[in-house]
Amino acid sequence: MSKRQPLAPTPAAPRSVKDLQLGESGTICCLKDPEMALKLLEMGCIPGTQVRLNSRAPLGCPITLVVGDMADYTLSLRVSEAATILLK
Amino acid sequence: MVGGQLLSGRAGVGVAGAPLDVNALRQPGPLTRIALVGNPNSGKSSLFNQLTGLNQKVGNFPGVTVDRKTGTSQLTSQHRAEIIDLPGTYSLYPKSLDEKVITDLFYDQTSAQYPDFVVVTADASNLRRNLLLFTQLADMGLPTVLALNMMDVAEQHGVRIDVAALQEELGVPIIPMNARKGVGIAALKIVMAQTLGAPKAHFYEPEEELLPMIRQIRYYFNLHNDYLALHYAHQYRHISFLTADDRAYIQELTEQYGFEPTARQAQETIDRYQRINEILLNCVSVTRTEKNEPYSNRLDRILTHKVWGYLIFFGVLFLMFQAVFAWASYPMELIDQGVAWINGLIQSNFDGPLINLLTEGVLAGLGGVLIFIPQIALLFAFIAVLEETGYMARVTFMMDRIMRRFGLNGKSIVPLISGVACAVPAIMSARTIENRKDRLITIFVTPLMSCSARIPVYTVLIGLVVPDEPVLGIFNLRGVALMGLYLLGFFAAILSAWAMKLLLKTTERSYFIMEFPVYRWPRWKNVGITIVEKVKAFVFQAGKVILAISIMLWVLASYGPGDALERAETQATTEGRAQGLSPAEIESRVASEKLESSYAGIFGHFIEPGIRPLGFDWKVGISLITSFAAREVFVGTMSTIYSVGQDADQQTVQQKLAAEKDENGQPFFTPARAFSLLVFYVFAMQCMSTLAATYRETKGWKWPILQMLYMTGLAYVSSLIVYQVLK
Repeated sequence: MSKRQPLAPTPAAPRSVKDLQLGESGTICCLKDPEMALKLLEMGCIPGTQVRLNSRAPLGCPITLVVGDMADYTLSLRVSEAATILLK
Repeated sequence: MVGGQLLSGRAGVGVAGAPLDVNALRQPGPLTRIALVGNPNSGKSSLFNQLTGLNQKVGNFPGVTVDRKTGTSQLTSQHRAEIIDLPGTYSLYPKSLDEKVITDLFYDQTSAQYPDFVVVTADASNLRRNLLLFTQLADMGLPTVLALNMMDVAEQHGVRIDVAALQEELGVPIIPMNARKGVGIAALKIVMAQTLGAPKAHFYEPEEELLPMIRQIRYYFNLHNDYLALHYAHQYRHISFLTADDRAYIQELTEQYGFEPTARQAQETIDRYQRINEILLNCVSVTRTEKNEPYSNRLDRILTHKVWGYLIFFGVLFLMFQAVFAWASYPMELIDQGVAWINGLIQSNFDGPLINLLTEGVLAGLGGVLIFIPQIALLFAFIAVLEETGYMARVTFMMDRIMRRFGLNGKSIVPLISGVACAVPAIMSARTIENRKDRLITIFVTPLMSCSARIPVYTVLIGLVVPDEPVLGIFNLRGVALMGLYLLGFFAAILSAWAMKLLLKTTERSYFIMEFPVYRWPRWKNVGITIVEKVKAFVFQAGKVILAISIMLWVLASYGPGDALERAETQATTEGRAQGLSPAEIESRVASEKLESSYAGIFGHFIEPGIRPLGFDWKVGISLITSFAAREVFVGTMSTIYSVGQDADQQTVQQKLAAEKDENGQPFFTPARAFSLLVFYVFAMQCMSTLAATYRETKGWKWPILQMLYMTGLAYVSSLIVYQVLK
């Protein structure tokens, strides 16, 4: 990520997508992990986008998110990957 | 415009507001080369099938392993185009092997394969994310057409797209369509027959400080476009056509200018999305109502439920097996009897060595190929339907955590399930796994899944030693035995994977970020095309091998060194007469003595000491040897070996095996022998095509050789244990 997008989370304990309750929404603030970020960005998880925790797999991982507040689509990812997406 | 007006047929042809300029039609000349790209699940394959029908051929991209699907399409009465179907991708920055094919095609402007223009398919119900790839391609300066697919789904989701305004913003022709139903295809073909210029709009300008580096790369490689040069800076390590000097040059530049690929790429993606958001604000409106909540998510509550999800999945698997084993058996029997009937017909009317070759060699081998067709067709039909409906993605989602424990990835479930049909396409389907270690393990263990080529061996041998009786009222004992063999293969696969997980070291991370496609009804045309393709490939590729081996075998089994056969014949005849046997008994003795002194017999005897502990004799030995080329040869070989010179060609293989006696006159195939042989076939790597696939996918001989040694060793040891215990 470049200078324009702060990568470091704010000192106050940041919440990540991992901490969402089922059905709860949040807005992406930044992506913690540069390598993972490239993939997540291409899949439409851009800072400022709204995501909603849609479901968990039977064994608790992976999870699915509904991404975007306009043309929604569903994304599945592992809990460890979700933990790198920080929320505002 | 809304999806509903699509059906008017003239929708959005040419540039917005302007009627189609007939003079712009390309002069009939050489084939136009059109590349088809798009996100996964954007309906690209449907469009490809609509455009080309069955005029498709699968080849190889030079230097990489990915299959290259091309087809021809008749655009207008004078124009034909060659259409290249590229793997689905979200962006031009490749993450997996599959996606590298795309960049290889678009980076090399001098290549003969370089497309005249690109058709980008986009899912209209999810336009924002689909446009990312479009904007990248447009910035490459390639003439581009946007096929706005799935307008019907967009409408259901309450998404209204002003196509004319979008066309203005994007600066390329846009064709709204519904590829599954064939809506918009005609309009697309008309646009494809025109001469298109480069896209009018740019969507991303590289930052100022990058320009000096970009210009130098452009000058050095003589590129026509800044954005393409930027991609060279990002991807130079992976561009297959660059020389070592070229790479060193770019590397030096990137170091000199302090180029940070990851940060730049992230910023570029964010910038592009910002631009796309601005565009969409003016062209797309969404009305959200309760009933617009994607029905897929509601369905998922049941289909990925912690209890129902698994029950439904096992139900689907059960149905698949039921179809392959129960329903396919009727056409299979017909084929089997048909071949036997033709054989009998020929034998009763003609005679001579050539006729023998035809009936005992060619037809016996051919029967072994043809009999597979119903099973292969059914299996691939099932897998195609699971893929088409979007259910396969849910299966990977439910299995990921379990699979990870064994060193695999949720995505490994697709190759493992496909492995039940055939390991070759299954190994190829492992390409979607981005992580190298996950992928390697998946490739390595997939052949342990029982493929359809093992089915004939299973059915013949189970039919020989397992009684046909019900268990627990609903199952059949033979079915249970078959299921047991499949489970044995599956457990061997995941345990081997787990062992490999401990042995292989990697620093690369394993990902599981993927889109959940919307549930859709399968398009039967796509399923049909898949079936025809796979069956054709099997009959022609495997068929050639099997036929060649059958003929070779027949020759080896019918001739021997010098006059060995004549001597065997006179000896058997004299001995038989001395013992006062009937003419028929004498003839059968002559036949088996002759076989034993033929080349095949000599070879079988040579390996017999090695396989005796497994309960096999030299006849089975010959079949094992020939099976190493392709395991489905087994039945044909057995059939050839047991029918040479015997008057038993009208019998099915099973009857021939049942009639086989050991040296004491007892039936040769005891349960111990049959199970030992079955276990051998569950584990052994007996398929040249699979080894070739592993070689192609891992780009080296190391893994196929290891695979061969490991699986065959496993087979030998297990067989030995089974026989010694059951004996």
